[in-house]
Amino acid sequence: MTTQTAQAACKADDGQPLLSVQDLKIRIQMDNGVMQAVDGVDFEIKKGKTLGLVGESGCGKSLTSRAIIGINPKECETTGVIKYDLASEGSASDPIDLLSLDPKGKRIRSIRGNKIAMIFQEPMTAFSPMYTIGNQMVEMIRIHRTKNKKEAKKIALEMLGKVGISDQEKRFDQYPHEFSGGMRQRAMIAMALSCNPELLIADEPTTALDVTIQAQVLELMQSLQREFGMAILLVTHDLGIIAEMCDEVAVMYLGKIVEQAPVREIFYNPKHPYTKGLLKSMPRLGGEKSVRLDSIEGSVPMPIDMPPMCGFYERCTDRIEGVCNARSVPKTRISDDHSVRCFLYSDQQRGEAQ
Amino acid sequence: MLQYSIKRIVMAIPVVIFISFIVFYIIQLPPGDYVSSYSAQMTAAGEIMTQDDMDQMRANLGLDRPVYEQYAIWIKKIVFEGDFGYSFNYNKPVIDVVKQYMGLTLVVSIVTMLFQYLVAIPIGIYTAVKQYSAGDYFFSGLSFLGMATPNFLLAIILMYFSYTWFGDPLLGLFSDEYVNAAWSWDKVVDLLKHLVIPVIVIGLASTADLIRVMRGQMLDELNKPNVVTARSKGLSETKILFKYPTRAALNPIVSTFGWSLSSIFTGSTITAIVLNLPIQGPVMYKALLGQDMYLAGSWLLFMALLTVLGTLISDILLAWLDPKIRTEFRGN
Repeated sequence: MTTQTAQAACKADDGQPLLSVQDLKIRIQMDNGVMQAVDGVDFEIKKGKTLGLVGESGCGKSLTSRAIIGINPKECETTGVIKYDLASEGSASDPIDLLSLDPKGKRIRSIRGNKIAMIFQEPMTAFSPMYTIGNQMVEMIRIHRTKNKKEAKKIALEMLGKVGISDQEKRFDQYPHEFSGGMRQRAMIAMALSCNPELLIADEPTTALDVTIQAQVLELMQSLQREFGMAILLVTHDLGIIAEMCDEVAVMYLGKIVEQAPVREIFYNPKHPYTKGLLKSMPRLGGEKSVRLDSIEGSVPMPIDMPPMCGFYERCTDRIEGVCNARSVPKTRISDDHSVRCFLYSDQQRGEAQ
Repeated sequence: MLQYSIKRIVMAIPVVIFISFIVFYIIQLPPGDYVSSYSAQMTAAGEIMTQDDMDQMRANLGLDRPVYEQYAIWIKKIVFEGDFGYSFNYNKPVIDVVKQYMGLTLVVSIVTMLFQYLVAIPIGIYTAVKQYSAGDYFFSGLSFLGMATPNFLLAIILMYFSYTWFGDPLLGLFSDEYVNAAWSWDKVVDLLKHLVIPVIVIGLASTADLIRVMRGQMLDELNKPNVVTARSKGLSETKILFKYPTRAALNPIVSTFGWSLSSIFTGSTITAIVLNLPIQGPVMYKALLGQDMYLAGSWLLFMALLTVLGTLISDILLAWLDPKIRTEFRGN
């Protein structure tokens, strides 16, 4: 018994990842070819930590996050390994590969909502307009926590209170359209957290909200994270949110993670030209008003039948002809916790090694 | 809810009055009247009616008065005496003619409607869930065929098959020995047997239509984010399917319920003639041909009422089904 706890503690100290995604690939059959929407993504999330997955629209970040619990549409052909550590609940089993589970089967369903919960971008459409908020919350609690209706309602009311919704009894019986946008997202969070998940996947949780509500919702997520000790995978395109929320950041571009580092490293020591471009395009307090924000020239190509090359080549200011557009880019470790996919650094490293 | 229903019923009254006026006007529109078509029949039979005879007959039937007066008398009698006028063709009050055919008309219509919804909704769900599968193509092909095939043709084809396979074309709604017999279990069974062909023939086009509507709605709903949310909560696929997309897809089906009620009544006319069914359609057709104006008028008015009533029913049902509409008038 003691050894087991000691082991568990040791594991936690080692930073045994809660979730480990290895070489995740998602292909989608389109009319004009196969789209490689996600192309070899690796990342880890440690217990209680927050990983930010940042990138522009269509870079595959949402698909990646949804692949974890297997809720992508069946057109998505997904390969790779998604290891999830179930041992934390006491059963000393090896991490299971979530991808190997039948996406409609019982096993994955007992993990969805229970161990790994998800909140979505559009709280307006993520709830069904046909049922009350209470109905939709209780439904989930009754699958995972208790069969008892009254008890489930009690948990739901408690959660609604936790996310700062007053007059819960009345709100419980209201429909989504009777909630404001911010309220709906709070209710969404209340629902997601009602089964005490170990990992919360937040897919652009604040994109549809105005800025004041955004701040409230983020604060709420942080305080709940402290209270429940869950890990968060935060998918967003907003670097401001990343800076505020995350421990680690993975920058995604065209289905690949181009740079991954702790949050301070990303902001103070960015390596990849895309990351640099992103940071330059952020507005700054105290900056001159007349100065236009930088933008990254060009647009994202469609990842259909791409030759092996850097996806950012066309838009990159530091590109090396004959190198960047000739081979696919390997991952280069800058330091222990900072890696980048860019020839600028792999050359340097090779040079140093020689 | 009650307030909303009452409001809707009150709002329907002026609509009905307006419709009754138009109906009467339309029946008056064709040249000639019952007397002229009657005299034409007489002439064909070898008897000549003089102008005096015809004027006399017009005066008796009240057809010599101005249109608005005839209308006023007609409406007054309907409202105060429940008297819809006199059918010249049948030589009895319109209400008796309607009564005689109404029972079986209702049976055929209601069974057809049940058939439509019971067949169309499950097939609609199936074809949406299994989009582009062999089953989907099969049912989609069948439903396009169903929409395109003329009713009467299908009626004739089915009669042919039932004659070659069972030795009975199943004309009418009863076998000869039951037509005038008292109601018994055997008579009901006989009726059900005879209902199969009419129900398929009358219902096929709208069933095919409903399948398409249900399929389209389901496809929309299946791709909604709330389905993804439901999946992320760990619900089983079956539970998700019936609780979220199916429930939401039913709303438009319910809102078209109003029209299908009257379209079954009218749409069955040609079929009824071909299959020799003792229902209202052919009666109405004869009334229009013979300028039997009160029967035709009452029938048209009745159809209009059914449409208004059907719309009313679907509005109230929709208000009951859709929380958004429900809160809207709860708030008022």
